[in-house]
Amino acid sequence: MLSEIALYGAIETGLIYGLVAFGIYLSFRVLDFPDLTVDGSFPLGAAVAAVLIIEGVNPWLATGAAILAGMAAGAVTALLNVKLNILNLLASILTMIALYSVNLRIMGRPNVALLTEDTVLTPWYSLGLEFHQVPVVLFAIVTVVSLLLLWRFMKSETGLAMRATGANARMARAQGIATGAMIVLGVALSNGLVGMAGALFAQSQGAADVTMGVGVIVIGLASLIGGEAVLTPSTVLRALIACVIGAIIYRLAIAFALNADFLGLQAQDLNLITAVLVTLAIVLPGVRNSVRARLTRNSN
Amino acid sequence: MAKQTLRTMFGAMLLAAVGLAQAADQKTVAITQIVEHPALDAVYQGVRDELAERGYKEGENLKIMHESAQGNSAIASQIARKFVGENPDVIVAIATPSAQTVAAAARNLPVVFSAVTDPVAAKLVASLEAPGGNISGVTDMLPLDRHIDLLQRLVPDAKRIGTVYNPGEANSVALVELLEQSLAKRGMELVRGAATKTSEVLGAARSLVGKADAIYLTTDNTVISAAEAVVSVGERAKIPVFAADTATVSRGAVAALGFDYYDLGRQTGAMVARILEGANPGDMPVESIDTLDLFVNPAAAERMGISLSEDVISEAEEVVNSDK
Repeated sequence: MLSEIALYGAIETGLIYGLVAFGIYLSFRVLDFPDLTVDGSFPLGAAVAAVLIIEGVNPWLATGAAILAGMAAGAVTALLNVKLNILNLLASILTMIALYSVNLRIMGRPNVALLTEDTVLTPWYSLGLEFHQVPVVLFAIVTVVSLLLLWRFMKSETGLAMRATGANARMARAQGIATGAMIVLGVALSNGLVGMAGALFAQSQGAADVTMGVGVIVIGLASLIGGEAVLTPSTVLRALIACVIGAIIYRLAIAFALNADFLGLQAQDLNLITAVLVTLAIVLPGVRNSVRARLTRNSN
Repeated sequence: MAKQTLRTMFGAMLLAAVGLAQAADQKTVAITQIVEHPALDAVYQGVRDELAERGYKEGENLKIMHESAQGNSAIASQIARKFVGENPDVIVAIATPSAQTVAAAARNLPVVFSAVTDPVAAKLVASLEAPGGNISGVTDMLPLDRHIDLLQRLVPDAKRIGTVYNPGEANSVALVELLEQSLAKRGMELVRGAATKTSEVLGAARSLVGKADAIYLTTDNTVISAAEAVVSVGERAKIPVFAADTATVSRGAVAALGFDYYDLGRQTGAMVARILEGANPGDMPVESIDTLDLFVNPAAAERMGISLSEDVISEAEEVVNSDK
C-alpha cells in the first residue's frame, strides 16, 4: 500500500495546506468573505521567496517577505471591496488574475528553480533525521506555531472585533467597530498565511512556478470542510485544529487514490475523487446540523 | 455471498503472490507527467514503445507505473514522493515542473527527464555535457537556427518575424528569448504577440498583422492548441506561418522542420534502457532530438501568398495539402 515516503510526503503537503486552510477559515468563516485571491497569493508567496533566495537573502527572511507580499495582495482585494464597493467575490477574482501578471514580473520568467539553493530546510538536513522526515518536522513546527499565534489573535480584542464583523457587520458597527478596517486586516492576514504556504511549498518542491496556484482555493476549501466534518468546530481552537486535520486527511486521500490501482482508478480520476470526497464530507450523516446549516446557507 | 467474497480475496492474494514471485527479475519504471497533453502523452507512449522494442515487456520483465498531476503542483509533489517510496529502477519525469519535484524528492534514484527545454536553468543538471548527480534526460530544445534557415529559404525577404507565445510557459519563454537572439545575429527582428490562454491566441496573432513578414510558432502548448487561429490570420493577411512541430503543418502551416514528441519519447526510452542495463545518469550527457523531418503544405503556402519550389517539395519527408 502506501510507502513510508509517500505517507510523509502526504503529511508534509497537508501541513503546508493547513496554513492555506487557516487563511480560508479567516476569510470564508470568520469574515464571511468568499476570497479567491489565494489562487494568486500562493504563487505570489512562492515567487517572492524564490527570487529573494536566488539573490542570496536568508530563506527565513525571504519567507517573511512572502508573508508581507501575500498580505498586500489580500489588502488590495479587501480595499477593492470596502472602498470601491466591488462585490467581494469579484474583487478577489480581479486581484487573482492581476497577480498572474505580477508573479510573472516578479520572477522575470515562469519558473524559478531552487533545487541547488539553500532553503529553510537546508540546516535541518544535518540533524540526523531521514531525508523525507525533515520537511514534516519543520513544517509541523511552523504550522503549530502559526495555529497558536492565530488562536491568541482571535481571542484578542482585535480578533473579537473581527469575529463580530463577520457575524453581524451592522451590529459590530453599532458597537463602534471599524468593520472596513477589520475586513482589510482579516483578508490581509488570510493571504499572508497563504503566501507563507506558497513560499514553504516552493522551497520543499525545488521551484516556484507561475502555475502553482491552480486549484489552491478548492483544495483549501476541501480541507476546511473535511476538517469540520471530522472535528466539530465549536470553538476557534477546534476550528483551527480541524483545518490542519482536514488538510492532512485530504492529502492522505490523494495518496491513497494514487495507490488505488486495485480499484481501477487512474490518475485522471483524481479531480472526480476530490469532488466526491468534498460532497461526502458535506452530506455524510452524523455531521452536526450546525455544520450543514452553515454550508448550505448560501444557497437559500 | 460471504463465501464468494472470500474466494475473490483468495484469488487476489494468489495473484499478488505470483506478482511478488515475478518481481525478482522485473524492472520497474515510474513515469510522472505534469498534465495530460497530446505532446506529453506522445512522449509517454514513445518511452513505452522504445522499452518494449528493447526487450522490456510490460507484465513480463517490466512494470510501468504512470501518473499525471493534472496540472496541479501539489499532486505532482505527492506523485514524486509515491514513486520515490516505491523505489523503482528509474523515474521518468515529463516536463519541467514534474522533473523539478522528482529531483527535489529523489536523492539517489536514477531520474530521466524528457521534454524539458532548459534543464540547466531548471537546475536539474549542472551542465548539458556532464550532468553529475543522479539525473539526465532529453531536452526538447528546438534547432532554432535550422528553422530560421528554412524560413529564410522559403521567404527570402522576411526581416521581421512574428511569434505568438504564452508568457506563462517556462519552456516557451526560454525559446522565444533564444529565438530573438538567433534572429538578431542575422539582422532580423522578433515581433511578439502574447496569449495567456487559447482564447487570446487569435487576438495576439492579429496584433502581428502589418508588423511581421512571416510568423514562426514554437512548441508553445497554449498556442499550438489554437494554431488554427494563427493560420486563419496568416491566410487573410498573406503572412506565411511556419511551425516548429510537424503536426501543425497538417493544420495549415506552410512548413516545419520538426520532430515528433513521440520520437523524443523513443529517445528518452533508449536512455532509460541504458540505465536499466547499468549506466549512471550522471555520466550521460543531456540529449537533444536527432531526427528532423521536413513537412510542407503547398496549398497553405499558396493561400498565404508564397509558392514552394519543386526542390523544396521533393526534399520533404511528407507533403500535405490542407483544405481551407
